[in-house]
Order: sequence, then C-alpha cells, then structure tokens
Amino acid sequence: MVTREQFQDDLNKMTSDIENLANDCVNVFQDSVDALFQNDVEKAQQIIDNDRKFDAEELRINEDAILLIAKQQPVASDLRRIIVAIKISSDLERMADHASNIAKSTLYLGSSNDTEINPIVREMTNKAVEMLNVAITALKSEDISIAKKLAEMDDEVDHLYKQVIESNFETTVNNPQQMHTMMQLAIVARYIERFADHITNIGEQIFYIVKGQTYGLND
Amino acid sequence: MANKNNKNAVFSVENLNLWYGDDQALYDINMDITENEVTAIIGPSGCGKSTYLKTLNRMVELVPIVRTSGQIKYRGSNIFDKSYSVEELRTKVGMVFQQPNPFPKSIYENIVYGPKIHGIKDKETLDHIVEKSLKGAALWEEVKDRLHENAYGLSGGQQQRICIARCLAIEPDVILMDEPTSALDPISTLKVEELVQELKKEYSIVIVTHNMQQAARISDKTAFFLNGELVEYSDTNTLFSTPADKRTEDYITGRFG
Repeated sequence: MVTREQFQDDLNKMTSDIENLANDCVNVFQDSVDALFQNDVEKAQQIIDNDRKFDAEELRINEDAILLIAKQQPVASDLRRIIVAIKISSDLERMADHASNIAKSTLYLGSSNDTEINPIVREMTNKAVEMLNVAITALKSEDISIAKKLAEMDDEVDHLYKQVIESNFETTVNNPQQMHTMMQLAIVARYIERFADHITNIGEQIFYIVKGQTYGLND
Repeated sequence: MANKNNKNAVFSVENLNLWYGDDQALYDINMDITENEVTAIIGPSGCGKSTYLKTLNRMVELVPIVRTSGQIKYRGSNIFDKSYSVEELRTKVGMVFQQPNPFPKSIYENIVYGPKIHGIKDKETLDHIVEKSLKGAALWEEVKDRLHENAYGLSGGQQQRICIARCLAIEPDVILMDEPTSALDPISTLKVEELVQELKKEYSIVIVTHNMQQAARISDKTAFFLNGELVEYSDTNTLFSTPADKRTEDYITGRFG
C-alpha cells in the first residue's frame, strides 16, 4: 500500500523546483557570457536587474522545506532530500550571482571594448553548462555514478582556467596598455571556474542523499 | 546482530521462536538488551513486538497455547529453564501497560501493594518506599498532599506515572513498557518520555511504541520488527538516519504500515 502520497508529491515538487531554478541558472549564465562576447551592455544590465529573482526563488524553496520538516517530521532519506534542496538552492543562488558578476564585468569593459576575448572562456562556459546538465540528471535519478563524472569535468574547467590566466598574463607582458581588460577577463574566468565548483557541490549533495555520508568531488 | 560494547547485556535472546498454537509469531530472534539503556521496539501492528516484550518476563505464557524454542538469558540464566522462578523474574522485570491500570485503591495503597506481598509490613519502611517510588516517577510533588485519595481521581498521565511508581516500588532491574503513552495527551506523553530518560540511569528499559518520533527521541537502540522477524537492530541515530534495510527505510519514512 502506498502511503503519504501528498508528502511524496511535495518532495517531487521540491525536486522539480530545484530543476527549474537550475535551468534558469544555465540560461542566465550563458546569457551573461554571450553579453560579454557581444559587448552587449544592455543585456548585461538586464541580467543584473533580474538577479533578485534568484534570491527570491532560493528563499521560497527554503520556506517550503521548513514547512515540510515542521509538518511531516521526515526521517532518513526523506529528511536528507529536504536538507539537500536547501543546500542546492543556495549553491544555485550563488551561481546566479556569478552570472551577474560576469555581467558587471561586461559593463566595466563597456560597449566600445575592442579586445578579442580568449575563446577558451567560451570553452569553459560550455563545459560548465554541460556539468550542470549532468548534475540535474544525477539529481533527478539519484544516480551517484552520474554524479561522479562531475569531478573529472571540474578538473577540465580548472585546467582551462589556468590556460586563460597564462594567456592573459602573456598578453599583459606584451601589451601593458591592455592590463585592465586582461585583469577583468581573468576575473570573469574565475567566476566561471567558481560556477563549476558549485556544481561539484551539487554532485556531493547527491552522494549525501543516496549514501547518507559526504563525498568530496572537488578535492 | 548481538551488540558488542562495554555495557553488559541484561537480556541475551538467542534463536527465539514463538508459536501461538500452529501460528508462528516470532522467527529466530537474536538480540541483546543493554543495561542502563532505552531499547525501543517498533513495527506495524501484528509484527510480534508486544509478543516479544511479553516473552522477556514470560507473561506471554498466560496464553495457554504458547510454545517457544531458543533461549532468553536474563543476567546469564536461561529464563525458560524448569528450575527458573517466574515470580523472581517478574520481580526483577517490571511492566507498564498501554492503558493506565491503577488499582481502585488510594495512591498510597497502589504503591505499597507489591512490597506488602513481599512481606514488608513496617509503616516507616513503606512510607519511605512510597516517597522514593513517587519521586522516581516524577509524581511526588503533584500527589504528596493527597496520598490517601483514590488513584482513579488522577488524570490519565498521572495514573500512568502511578503505574510506573508501582513498578519501581518492588525495585526492579528492567522495566518493560508496552505503548505506555498511546492513551495519553501530548504533554503527559512528554512527561513520561522525560521520566524514561531519568529512569535509565538506574534501570534498563525496553519500550514498545507505535510513535516513531518517540522511539527516535528517547531510545539508545531501536529494533524494527516485521512479520515476526527482527529486520534491523542498531543505534537509534543510525536506524533513523541511514537504515541498512530497505524495509526499515520504507517503514520509518511512512511508506507502508
């Protein structure tokens, strides 16, 4: 006999809320990098203005989680699912902040920026988006073998990040007048690298749901 | 499944099987009960948890068609041995039931009933036992000025604590509790739960409960019974966070039962 259908529905809704927030996160992240490559300050400003939507959504998920704990007294994996929803929504909110920070760099560089942006930045972005899609799949299926892939993917992002930094350093040595731009782009690469780190946190949370113990994917 | 730690086992249950006539109610139970701990037994109705509890003081034998195999060692002696005194066992292993069942007598007479049967007649000694037992059951302050009033005049929660005090009056070693709070309101329930925490300093307690949050709150170890089998027995923290058996997880998360 199946019992607690309402509770199960509420748990499923929580997971789909997380999934929607993650998809919004993917979109805003890609938009922020597009705006950077296109010197689109208008789009960048929009991204910054919309960031509070992510803050509000994180709060809403937290409030739903607290109500579920108070009303349903969950234990074992049910309780872990709810705790993890709180933690993942916090990671996603921080990830949206990074997209907003990238947009701020685009504003700083201005619409007349004519420096070519290192294509590795785009490569990092694509890899991070792929990671988040993998994390969402792993979360929905609670499959730790999928979540495990995130560790290797994050290493690739870290590797690309180092390449961007080295290349920017070289450019700065040869063209000191580009120092401000190169520094700004290094900061952007750092935001993308941090974005990917948050995705490994999500992967670690999936381990916690399934196994009830922590597992480092970013060590 | 036997537990190995530094504390002594008050009960060692080995390969216990039990039948009501042809119907087997318990299957091959192996389980140690540790002293000065609270051991909770959970499981759906009909899983054998109350039967198991009543086997520990052989009260289950009040049902004439009961048969058992295996052994239960209480402090090292098999309670099923022919030479074992059931009266002695029940003095050491007291019991509190689901419905408060005080005698239709005064509070005082309820408490001294057991000690009197055991031959204690001295008024001063009996007075002392009454005060000590009621204090032990966290009831003394509430009833000390009306010890000679009928126990039926007390609230349900107070009556249950009278029954616990009556149990303490014969200075048991182990207290068995069969759903002791299921007939009580939430505040009386919390009082009994707090009392259980106090009592485990001096006694070993085995409690059958339908209230899983109660098991999680007050016990050190929890055993999950299903269809007469002991499915899982572990630290309460482990059982309620990362149970090893899927059936335990389904039960504690309310997916069946």
